[in-house]
Amino acid sequence: MAIISVRDLVVEFDGRRVLDGLNLEIEPGETMVLLGGSGTGKSTLLRQIIGLERPKSGSVSVKGVDIARCSPAELKQIRLSMGVAFQDGALFNSLTVKENVALALREHTALSPSIIELVVWMNLAVVGLADFENLLPQELSGGMKKRAAVARALALDPEILVFDEPSAGLDPIVAAELDELILLLKQAFQMTVIVVTHELPSAFRIADRIAMLYKGSFLAVGTKEEIKASQNPHIRQFLDRVPDKTASERAAEKYFEKYVQSQAPSPRQRKWWERAEAGFEKYVQSQEVKR
Amino acid sequence: MATFTESVGKSTLKHLDYVGGLSIQLWATIRSLGTSLPFTGNRYRWKAAIGQMFQIGVEAIPMVGLMAVCSGFILAMQGGYELRRVGAMQYVIDLVAIGFTRELGPLLTAIAVSGRSGSAFSAEIGTMMVTEEVDALRVMAFEPVEFVLAPKLLAALIVVPCLGILCNVCGIFAGGIFMFFSTHLSLGIYVHGVMTSIHLRDVISGVIKSVAFAIIIVMVGCLEGFRVRGGPEAVGRSATAGVVNSTFLVIVADAVFTAIFYFTGGH
Repeated sequence: MAIISVRDLVVEFDGRRVLDGLNLEIEPGETMVLLGGSGTGKSTLLRQIIGLERPKSGSVSVKGVDIARCSPAELKQIRLSMGVAFQDGALFNSLTVKENVALALREHTALSPSIIELVVWMNLAVVGLADFENLLPQELSGGMKKRAAVARALALDPEILVFDEPSAGLDPIVAAELDELILLLKQAFQMTVIVVTHELPSAFRIADRIAMLYKGSFLAVGTKEEIKASQNPHIRQFLDRVPDKTASERAAEKYFEKYVQSQAPSPRQRKWWERAEAGFEKYVQSQEVKR
Repeated sequence: MATFTESVGKSTLKHLDYVGGLSIQLWATIRSLGTSLPFTGNRYRWKAAIGQMFQIGVEAIPMVGLMAVCSGFILAMQGGYELRRVGAMQYVIDLVAIGFTRELGPLLTAIAVSGRSGSAFSAEIGTMMVTEEVDALRVMAFEPVEFVLAPKLLAALIVVPCLGILCNVCGIFAGGIFMFFSTHLSLGIYVHGVMTSIHLRDVISGVIKSVAFAIIIVMVGCLEGFRVRGGPEAVGRSATAGVVNSTFLVIVADAVFTAIFYFTGGH
């Protein structure tokens, strides 16, 4: 049975449809990567899955419980079985790294302080931050912050681990380290991992399955091989890194013409305009030849 | 005409929305206030509340004290200027004593606290919104209202009335100094005069006002923080709005309370 199932999920912001009838099943123990460009709705979907926002219609069920319609006590149980590592860490700035990781343990479990100390140290050791436990979040680098956030997400030994853009804003080496960390965690703790990203190498490294989002709906959901072999133009565009035609030559040309017309040039200027126009035509032709 | 009606309706709805937001937040905070209490509640919330008490109260003592002393001098001098002409300098004692306990003590304190802490609440919570810390709290199964707001409200409820009393004492003391130097009235007689002019009712009405102002400052400051959407710029705007709105509402509430005490008072 799926550990997370999204059914007919519709989300609207001010009447603008952001997610349009999504269906997704995530199996226990698998790594699901939500892949898509900026503004395709992947962060919105993530916020729905972790229960931060309510859908307009449809539902998100985690371990069989609809998280938008369950009781507060049930929601708390679900949240305790979920660890979330936010994009910029979202560490509590007034607490040290150690206190950040210890917070949930201290308040949601009856463990004694010495055991908590040990668990915190172990979690920090897993992410390689054992020597930095007494630093404040603002004293950490970007990659360390993200790793500290992972340690905090791991604190309650969750069944589901969620990453929001783990490699965004990191250099390739640190990003790769984080990928390896995710793989290690999955192997060691048998967790279900959900990763939102737009980084292709990272997605193909860690994913079991990939769900490809485009304009609020899924283009494809499948294994990485299936996604790589897909012939869908939007997927191909994303995988082959082809830019969108936002700046068309035709529009530039039109703008130029309009500009020329609006300026009634003096004879001296006309000479200049003609030269400029000839140059622009040459540019357009060269672009056409290239195509 | 339609646009005029529209804009009136729109701004009415906006203000109703604001008041509604305040009420909902206040109710949620009061319900979770128990978790911040010592012994029965969560000890980390109580610790946070003590930290807030230091920030809101103890650190504000020099400022509130100095403000009160200056205001005491001002009130006594302005009153003395007029009362001297009719030869009723002894009424300066009543003016300062009653003026501070009923009115100036709570109001000055509220303005000082709103300026120091109201903006700090907005900025703190606003930053937490921007950096997703509030979201992180929620996914870690903490209620932001219980975690952030309840300790602040508890701290303000305890500390602001205390500051108000301190403000009264400082202001009245300044009045005594003025009387000593202007009319050579001894401090002992001054204190005696103050004691006879103040009734318990005056002090209680001042404390009730202080409690109300504390609630307003915390609620407005935090609501402005929770309403932050976007980036650092929005945090700055929310800090400004936190001070401006809470000061404004404090004065409106002061007028309402004073009217209530005036019309129900049996003097």
